[in-house]
Amino acid sequence: MAREKREPAGPFDYSRKLSLRLVFFLGSIFLYAPIVVLVIFSFNNSRRGGNVIWKGFTTKYYEKAFHNDALMEAFINSLAIAFISTLIAVILGALTAVVLWRFRFPLKPVFEGMVSLPIVIPEICMGVSLAVFFSSFGLYVPRDMPFPLNLTNIIIAHITFSFPFAAMVIRTRLNSFNREMEEAAKDLGATEFQVFRDILLPHMKPGLVAGALLAFTLSLDDFVITFFTSGPNTVTFPIKVYSMVRFSVTPEINAASTILILITLLVTFLAMRFQSFEEPRQ
Amino acid sequence: MRPFLAGRVMESYRKNFRAFLAFFTPPFVWLVLFFFVPLGIIWLYSFGETEGLTKIRLTWTLENYKRLLEPEIISLFWRSVWLSVISTAVCIVVSYPIAMVIATAKPKWKPWLLLVIILPFWTNLLIRTYALLNILGTRGRLNDLLHWLWSAGDRALSLIGLGDYHLLGERFMPVKFLGEPVGVMIGLVYVYLPFAVLPIYASLERLDRSYLEASLDLGASQWRTFRQILLPLSSGGINTATVITFIPMLGSFLIPDLLGRGQVDMIANVIERQFKSGNDWPFGSALSLFLLYITFILLALQSFHAMRQRKREEARG
Repeated sequence: MAREKREPAGPFDYSRKLSLRLVFFLGSIFLYAPIVVLVIFSFNNSRRGGNVIWKGFTTKYYEKAFHNDALMEAFINSLAIAFISTLIAVILGALTAVVLWRFRFPLKPVFEGMVSLPIVIPEICMGVSLAVFFSSFGLYVPRDMPFPLNLTNIIIAHITFSFPFAAMVIRTRLNSFNREMEEAAKDLGATEFQVFRDILLPHMKPGLVAGALLAFTLSLDDFVITFFTSGPNTVTFPIKVYSMVRFSVTPEINAASTILILITLLVTFLAMRFQSFEEPRQ
Repeated sequence: MRPFLAGRVMESYRKNFRAFLAFFTPPFVWLVLFFFVPLGIIWLYSFGETEGLTKIRLTWTLENYKRLLEPEIISLFWRSVWLSVISTAVCIVVSYPIAMVIATAKPKWKPWLLLVIILPFWTNLLIRTYALLNILGTRGRLNDLLHWLWSAGDRALSLIGLGDYHLLGERFMPVKFLGEPVGVMIGLVYVYLPFAVLPIYASLERLDRSYLEASLDLGASQWRTFRQILLPLSSGGINTATVITFIPMLGSFLIPDLLGRGQVDMIANVIERQFKSGNDWPFGSALSLFLLYITFILLALQSFHAMRQRKREEARG
């Protein structure tokens, strides 16, 4: 404790070294410059090669993006997939987190490894295996399925890769739970379910929210796994943008991308807010 | 380490078996059904043969694995590996000083500096790759910058009387990044840099600074302290950073696809082709499994290393 309070002495105060600061600065420029250029050029008034020469300010490509039905449909699909898969991923993640945190059981390390596997294996392997799985079991979603149901395959895929992440976040939160509270409640006659609902769940809440926001952005971001599990009629936003990038360069992509960046910023901001609720308790 | 953890005793699953089952079953079943069964299927397919357009017959043939030894595929692996190795190395070298700055910044600044690094990581991968596509074109921003530097250099040479020699070339020649390995490497570093910063930052944040103090007090130079104290103490973070950047790089699809323009294929691009246009699922499965095995080996090595490190630390006290 005492060590932490003391200001670190001069010699290894790396953050004050100019050369290191310069690396940080240049690194940040490297990370942000492409995105900033993209946002700026989304306002470029040029039809062909919208990313080369600046031809004046316009917002018409935003209007175009909003009136592009295929793009909007893809966008709505993406949001629907993100909402539904987040909901289920958080439930599965919470269950996983509680199991790992609360119980001793045989082969526990194996289960732990199983849960973390979707986090570490290359996305392409998971995408390919799910594509094969759906098609070899004949699990094609019928063409005329009503709206969210036609996305079932993609939603299943998204839940599978995002719930282990949610579990990780929620488990971290559970580590700060005071078990005595649970014991006290039980001594006072609460049932197993009541303890879960009234004691454990409220404590988990910030973790659940953080896990949900993580699952939501992961779902909204995913390209590779969706690429393999989506059909010709179930296009998500990244898939649509990809085909636009591949087949025609339109300035609309810049506008659409900027909108998605804004959404991501918003979600990140929310996540930070919830994270900062958690941190001061150290 | 933390006292409240030591005091917590986990419950045996037998004590409250129904509650255990209620929590355990749904994620377990989901994982088996939608993760392990699909992997099992491609494992089976990798021993199969294509029959007709979509039919695959399981013949336990090793033909698909033999094809991994074809020179074309070996050069593909080799390319994927060296692109990822160089990009990982660049990521580590760049992210170490970045992590040092964050770890030693004033507490007030830390979350903001971290945010600067993490924010791109939350941004859509496709959009970031697409954004880079605009930068790296022959008429893109990076070449603008290089052109400007060239002009400045040329003018400077003229000023000192060397203008007639055209040391920097007659005209500015734009550098081709897209469709070249260097473009793909820039993309890989760009996308995975935040992955490398975080574990290194975490290890620097955790380490006991009194070792550094002792080293400096005893007269070691800054550089020696860095090399002999700081670097070994943070080697756990460096290892984690290496593994978690290298694995996704090796399997990356979008970056070589968009920035490599079909000229700089990596493993994932060839896998994709087997499933989408090539229609050779058994071979695609064998390739995917090969990639998976490499991942497992790397993870095993990393956890082995982490274990040894922990033991050494325990031995040290």
